[in-house]
Amino acid sequence: MNQRNPAISKGVDWSLVWIWFILCSIGITSIFAASWHEGDNILQGFISLKTDYSRQLLFFIIAGIVGTFILLTDSKFFTATANLGYAFGIFLLLLVFPFHSRVKGTESIIRFGSAFQLQPADLCKLFVNLALAKYLSRVETNFTRPRSQLIATVIALVPAMLSIMQKETGLALVYFSFFLVMFREGLPPSVLIIGFSFAVLVVATLLMDPNTLALVLTGIALLAIYVLRRVVKRNRAVLFLIVGIWFVCVGVQRFVVPFVFDHVFQPYQVKRIYDAIGKDYVPKDQAAEAALESAEQKTGAKKKDNNYNVKQSKIAIGSGGLIGKGLLKGTQTRYDFVPEQKTDFIFCTIGEGFGFTGSIIFLGIYVLLLMRIVSIAERQRSVFSRAYAYGVASVFFFHIIINVCMTIGLAPVIGIPLPFVSYGGTSLLTFSIMIFILVRLDADRQMVLR
Amino acid sequence: MSVFNQSRSNIIRLIFAGMFLIIAAQLFHLQIISKKYKQQAQENALYRKSVYPTRGIIYDRKGRAILNNTILYDLMVTPAQVKNIDTAYFCQLVNIDTAEFRSRVLDARIKNGPFRPTIFEDLLPPDMYARLEENLWKFPGFNLQERPVRVYPFDAAAHIMGYVGEVDSAILRRSNNYYQLGDYVGRSGLEQYYEKELMGQRGTEFWIKDNKNRLVGRYQDKALDTPAIAGKNLNTYMDIELQQLAERLLSGKTGAVVCIDPKTGGVLAMASGPTYDPNSLTGPDKQSNYARLALDVSGPLLNRAIKGQYPPGSTYKPLGALIGLDEGVITPASGIDCRGFYYGCGEVRRCDEKTPGHAANLRLAIAHSCNSFFYNAFRLEVDDPVFHSPRIGLMKWKEYVNAFGLGHRLGVDLPSEDGGNIPDTTAYDKDYHRSWNSCTMVTIGIGQDKMQETPLQIANAMCIVANKGFYYTPHFVKNIEASAEDDTLLSRFHEKHTAVSHISEEDYETVQSGMQGVTEIGTGQIARIPGINMCAKTGTAENKTVVDGKVLKLRTHSIFACFAPRENPRIAVAVIIENGGYGRDAAAPIASLLVEKYLNDTIATDRLHIEDEMTNKNTMPGYLVRRQYKTDSVRAADWARQSGDSTRWIKYQIPSFRYMMLDTSYNSKSPIYLSLHKAPLYKSALAERLARIRAQAAAQQQTIDSSRPNHTPDTSGAPPKPQPASRPRPVDTAIKKSPPRAPVKEDSIHKDSTR
Repeated sequence: MNQRNPAISKGVDWSLVWIWFILCSIGITSIFAASWHEGDNILQGFISLKTDYSRQLLFFIIAGIVGTFILLTDSKFFTATANLGYAFGIFLLLLVFPFHSRVKGTESIIRFGSAFQLQPADLCKLFVNLALAKYLSRVETNFTRPRSQLIATVIALVPAMLSIMQKETGLALVYFSFFLVMFREGLPPSVLIIGFSFAVLVVATLLMDPNTLALVLTGIALLAIYVLRRVVKRNRAVLFLIVGIWFVCVGVQRFVVPFVFDHVFQPYQVKRIYDAIGKDYVPKDQAAEAALESAEQKTGAKKKDNNYNVKQSKIAIGSGGLIGKGLLKGTQTRYDFVPEQKTDFIFCTIGEGFGFTGSIIFLGIYVLLLMRIVSIAERQRSVFSRAYAYGVASVFFFHIIINVCMTIGLAPVIGIPLPFVSYGGTSLLTFSIMIFILVRLDADRQMVLR
Repeated sequence: MSVFNQSRSNIIRLIFAGMFLIIAAQLFHLQIISKKYKQQAQENALYRKSVYPTRGIIYDRKGRAILNNTILYDLMVTPAQVKNIDTAYFCQLVNIDTAEFRSRVLDARIKNGPFRPTIFEDLLPPDMYARLEENLWKFPGFNLQERPVRVYPFDAAAHIMGYVGEVDSAILRRSNNYYQLGDYVGRSGLEQYYEKELMGQRGTEFWIKDNKNRLVGRYQDKALDTPAIAGKNLNTYMDIELQQLAERLLSGKTGAVVCIDPKTGGVLAMASGPTYDPNSLTGPDKQSNYARLALDVSGPLLNRAIKGQYPPGSTYKPLGALIGLDEGVITPASGIDCRGFYYGCGEVRRCDEKTPGHAANLRLAIAHSCNSFFYNAFRLEVDDPVFHSPRIGLMKWKEYVNAFGLGHRLGVDLPSEDGGNIPDTTAYDKDYHRSWNSCTMVTIGIGQDKMQETPLQIANAMCIVANKGFYYTPHFVKNIEASAEDDTLLSRFHEKHTAVSHISEEDYETVQSGMQGVTEIGTGQIARIPGINMCAKTGTAENKTVVDGKVLKLRTHSIFACFAPRENPRIAVAVIIENGGYGRDAAAPIASLLVEKYLNDTIATDRLHIEDEMTNKNTMPGYLVRRQYKTDSVRAADWARQSGDSTRWIKYQIPSFRYMMLDTSYNSKSPIYLSLHKAPLYKSALAERLARIRAQAAAQQQTIDSSRPNHTPDTSGAPPKPQPASRPRPVDTAIKKSPPRAPVKEDSIHKDSTR
């Protein structure tokens, strides 16, 4: 179909490819800085495939090759296989249950042999992104209708549910980023506002004394009635609405949150949330305490607790100062004070080595990436490409924000990687494929894909 | 639809930008504003390692090291590396059980973490070190680390050298945190007094450590490190052989010996009995050894030479004579008719010397130590009509005595010296409600009453008499190596004290000839050394102590003070043997031997039997048994009350045990008695000397034998007849003089060595 396009480079947005290349290079350098020890042979280290940075380099090359293949592919291929891919992704997620291997206490990884392992929950966001874009771009879909919105939500959240069942809450949360796509495509803003308010309410519940919070909520409700007293006089329904909202809020605060924390979440997850907001978690009963201990034994044989991780991470980043200590000079990251620093806490290496200046430049590259993707999305003619682009931007955004906030103590410790930088083959490949599909779709932006 | 929602792309852009702004703000806070993270990062990764310089060495006058440094080894453990070892065998090597092993490894893990070496057993004894070093390859995770330790090569001068110990909180506070917890500082003796010089300057190294507390490298390429500067060595006036002899002669006795060079004030030897092995406070058992010494009621840690305060007894008399002569109340020709009693103060006072005419003049009075004469002389000094009042007279007397270096600290370079006591009018006003006269304290004239002196002061007073009017503050350190010549620390020792130089030279001559009479015609003839004019004064001081609330009148202290030779004084000696009887019984022979040793560099063979006799003399008072028993039982009771474990205490309840412990009869089995009366560890000096002379003679014989065959080869088989004639003469006389004694001594050697 594409015989009229002689060169694959036609229409390709090279800025994205360059950003991808730069970020991957920063990633490999950071992993190198975090794991290289004095006296190691650098060249041998890069060739041997025994070190983490050499493996990351290998995955980077593989990602480049895969990217080239994607650029050679017809963009219609992606619309055509979107639903199939989604089914495949769900299949992989289900496959985890019988074939999972226990790594770091999570049950979400399938191992092939000793070297290669796959985390479907990570990979699946690519398929969800494609499937969601496909659904939104269907001619029959009228996204103003609640039914369509519901279906889109289901498409996005089924893998999230499966991830939660595999005890990968962090990866599950990523799927909520697709609400940004839906918002762009017409989801009422009230959904986002309600969601945000709900999150605020939950955090407030954890932070404040229940009775005080109930009083505050009542106060807000009474204030709202007083301010809207003329409206209320004209329309009784508004009064009922306010009372209803108040009732729901108090209910959530009084019953739902405690219930969810005690019965739905794992004690270690609750602890992480408490750690993030800076409160001590006291297990409710002995069973919860025992579960917490066993989880800590499984996951934290080497890490003392998440508080320790965050503290060390903050020390590492904070000690970087304005310009940092320089590459390979950071004492905190060089000598393993920060746990998990090649994967989830890779940002520490940059923060300590290059300081505030380096961190801002690094984050600036991400901002450039996201803004570029959004502007690319807006120039698409087809809804599929645009929805897909927004999906990529949302997923990236979510990963970056949660990961960086986690390292600087603004978010709970959720084990999700920093795109292109964190060590990990699956995540690097997934993110690279996502970006190259976007580049491919963008190259064909004149076409209308369905 | 897309057109409809176009504006939402800006909202999404806003959300993106907003979140990144929040992150940027937090980064700004962490990296730019907050300083605590930089500090915490340093705490995390920086390790300040103190580098200790070697302490200075202390030498004696001939350049022999009395206090040196050596290397002992600490056994270190790195808990994480301890895997698959033969624990039972290891425990056998280190002399512990497996439970102890586990608890020590656990302690190490808690203290420094599993990856950092921690001390498992410190200061290994040499035999354990040898056993471990051979087998250490079998025990991964264990290694030996060098540790410099103080060593006393001569096992002598414990009180003078002092010892080092860990700093306590008081020292930490005083030093303005110069010292750190765990540092060693001098805790007594020269180690404490010259701490600043001996210690040197501590260096600091900055290391980087990793998350497992392992040291991985130097911080900033040693840019901040400071090197350690070794401590300065001290050269002293001490003569270690003299010191050893003094300690040997003090064994089994309570008392003190001080030898001073009158010309410089340099202390040649200073011993205090009972003493302790200084090396016992440096090695592996220093803690328990110290506890044992501290609880010993005979006070082995006490330096009696500067802390013991004794009535000087008759050794004061030469000073009394000098004061009388200077005030003009007596003349060299003054005499008194003494028949063994003094009637001057209404009551009869006994005098040991009864021969008529023994106090016909001052020289004879000193030589025979006539009490009556010096009662009289003291009364004349106090009641001198020039003063119109005994109050002024007494204060004038005190002025004289203080000028002789009594009644105040001399300022020797040792910590915590005592000043003795010279009573003044206030003391008697208090006791006698201001109604007293010269008779009240007449015994001051013979060095009793409230008068108290330290052995150092007695020796120093001898220096003044020897020097005819001046003295230098007694001190040990001649110079400090690598230090400016006019070191402020030592300058005060080069200052001549001339407070009593107004007493005329004739007066000194008179008193000196009296003192020479002591060793020639008087009370101290036993101290006489052939060929040396020695001036001396014996002393016998009454003393009492309180045991179980009862005042106990004890055997008198034996005191002897002397200097020699008279013409060119080179040594002044003071010896006090508590409960030693008369001055001539114990103190005089000891002082005499010391003088001979110093002046002649050796003791004549015919006087060595005195050395052995003095070494084996035991004057430990019996009340110490009772006092030690009381201390031990009180301690056992305290322990029982604190811990509830009465096993130690219960035996003190048994009457038979109590009887056994308190038994001080000749064949007592009380361990306290036995430890006080244990035979000295020394071999007989005489037997050794004889053995050496015999060996020399035998060697000489051999050379004669081997040379003879050249001249007369026929008589080689016959026993060599002229052998006795070829022996050196001194041996002959020695053997003749003490034929029955030598074999007995040799027996006692065997006993000692088998014990």
